Amino acid sequence: MALKLPIYMDNAATTRTDPRVVEAMLPYFTEKFGNAASRNHVFGWDAEDGVETAREQAATLIGASSKEVIWTSGSTESNNLAIKGAARMYAKGPEGTKNRGHIITCVIEHKAVLDPCKRLEREGFDITWITPPADGVITRQMIADALRPDTILVSIMWVNNEIGTINEVPEIGKLCHEKGIIFHTDATQWVGKMPTDVERDCIDLMSWSSHKIYGPKGVGALFVRRRSPRVRLEAIIDGGGHERGMRSGTLNVTGVVGFGKACELCREGMDADRERLYSLKQKLERELLSRLEVVQVNGHADRRVPHIANISFGYVEGESLLMGIKEIACSSGSACTSASLEPSYVLKNLGIGDELAHSSLRLSIGRWTTEAEIDYAIQAIEKSVQHLRALSPLWDLFKEGIDVSKIEWQSH
Amino acid sequence: MAYSEKVIDHYQHPRNVGSFGTSKDVAARRDIGVGIVGAPECGDVMQLQLRISDEGVIEDAKFKCFGCGSAIASSSLATEWIKGRTIDEALTIRNTQIVEELSLPPVKIHCSVLAEDSIRSAIADFQKKNGIAAAKAESDAAAR
Ligand SMILES: Cc1ncc(COP(=O)(O)O)c(C=O)c1O
Ligand code: FES
Repeated sequence: MALKLPIYMDNAATTRTDPRVVEAMLPYFTEKFGNAASRNHVFGWDAEDGVETAREQAATLIGASSKEVIWTSGSTESNNLAIKGAARMYAKGPEGTKNRGHIITCVIEHKAVLDPCKRLEREGFDITWITPPADGVITRQMIADALRPDTILVSIMWVNNEIGTINEVPEIGKLCHEKGIIFHTDATQWVGKMPTDVERDCIDLMSWSSHKIYGPKGVGALFVRRRSPRVRLEAIIDGGGHERGMRSGTLNVTGVVGFGKACELCREGMDADRERLYSLKQKLERELLSRLEVVQVNGHADRRVPHIANISFGYVEGESLLMGIKEIACSSGSACTSASLEPSYVLKNLGIGDELAHSSLRLSIGRWTTEAEIDYAIQAIEKSVQHLRALSPLWDLFKEGIDVSKIEWQSH
Repeated sequence: MAYSEKVIDHYQHPRNVGSFGTSKDVAARRDIGVGIVGAPECGDVMQLQLRISDEGVIEDAKFKCFGCGSAIASSSLATEWIKGRTIDEALTIRNTQIVEELSLPPVKIHCSVLAEDSIRSAIADFQKKNGIAAAKAESDAAAR
């Protein structure tokens, strides 16, 4: 099959909806279009059936019971509900007071965890922000060291979305259960790709999102444990009392049905997909490392998911690198904010210097990535890096053996 | 970000890339002025080397750039413009002319400033090496 350009390597940002998912959704737009909360007629019952089937599919994927799955609009909302909802429910003091409870999280979480925690900090909760080591992995020991008698919640992502590192999640969950502390994990980049069992993995609250696992955008779920311990949350969105009062609002039935189908497909295809993606990612990293000098694969050597590779290329500037590989849709380690390119806070927090952080690419592959696309990416990146190094004064200095970081540039 | 066709052309086919030798070599040569400037905004770095005759004519120019596409295009364009010009003529080039020629958006203006600064800096280096009072270049710089 001929290679079709541009190629998509940004599956950690979002995925293409699986056509089988779309097919499952279609009847719920025009035939079974009822409100899942309508109890008096068949349109409502049909919609409710669809929603409950999906709940079963979602629960099965994670080893939960379907009553423990709450529908949301995505991981951002799930994280907000889990963190604010648990903190406010288990607060040790009323609103307006200080020392309302201690929460542990880490500085390389997604903004959808960092920002709710910052808000809670302003509301009188104490937050410990763990800084990861250079390999990016948050361990059980780091959490153990941060625990306090007043700790009420630990929120640690399962997989980091920029570097793909896997934190010690079952271990951290186990520790929290031993201490009677609620454990939330943002599992957006884990669930659907890797085997998950909330019982075995000792999870109390878990967020995941449909559009990262080949489902539609705008739907997500929060697992809320119901037994040992039973976790209660204070709702953020009040209204008709949907979703056991934890998340009011008429359900996005089509989205939920699609999300359920996506969960089912992930469960069925997970092992084969994982093996395939792993070997593609290995090839990508191995080839780039062997063809180019001064290349660094970011994050722990082994504890990484098969679909995310984050690679830094020394002495080339990130924006011009992206310009050179414009047929590859991917993310850069720099987030372009107005005039300046901010190096990613995740890479910065791993202690990766600005230069390497600026020139890093996050390539994330998925269900439809082919070996031909990987081969194309390897060649395009190699060519572009070489083109830019031929232009780079820093590369020359490096080749002359001069330490670039020690030079003071004459600046204007 | 959408780039103008001219930026893309300079990016893909940069003119006058290179140098007249290692940093040590060129430091020892009196006929060569070297300017290395950095943009505090983004950490990008531009290097310009000019080979200048006794009469003050820029006979050849070579650049290297670690920077965004607009910075690469600005420096490539600058070398085209200054080759064959006298020092005095080269010093009249303004970054605004580069912005116009390459249709740079406002966030990319500092990339063109980098090119203008590298010209000034390379000429100043040449004048210093040759004991020429860099009165003009410096008073210009002071006026900015
Ligand atoms: C780790 C992680 N958490 C949260 C989110 C936000 O998910 P959503 O787009 O479903 O709100 C993302 C995706 O950007 C993510 O990768
Ligand atoms: S030189 Fe800084 S972004 Fe262009």
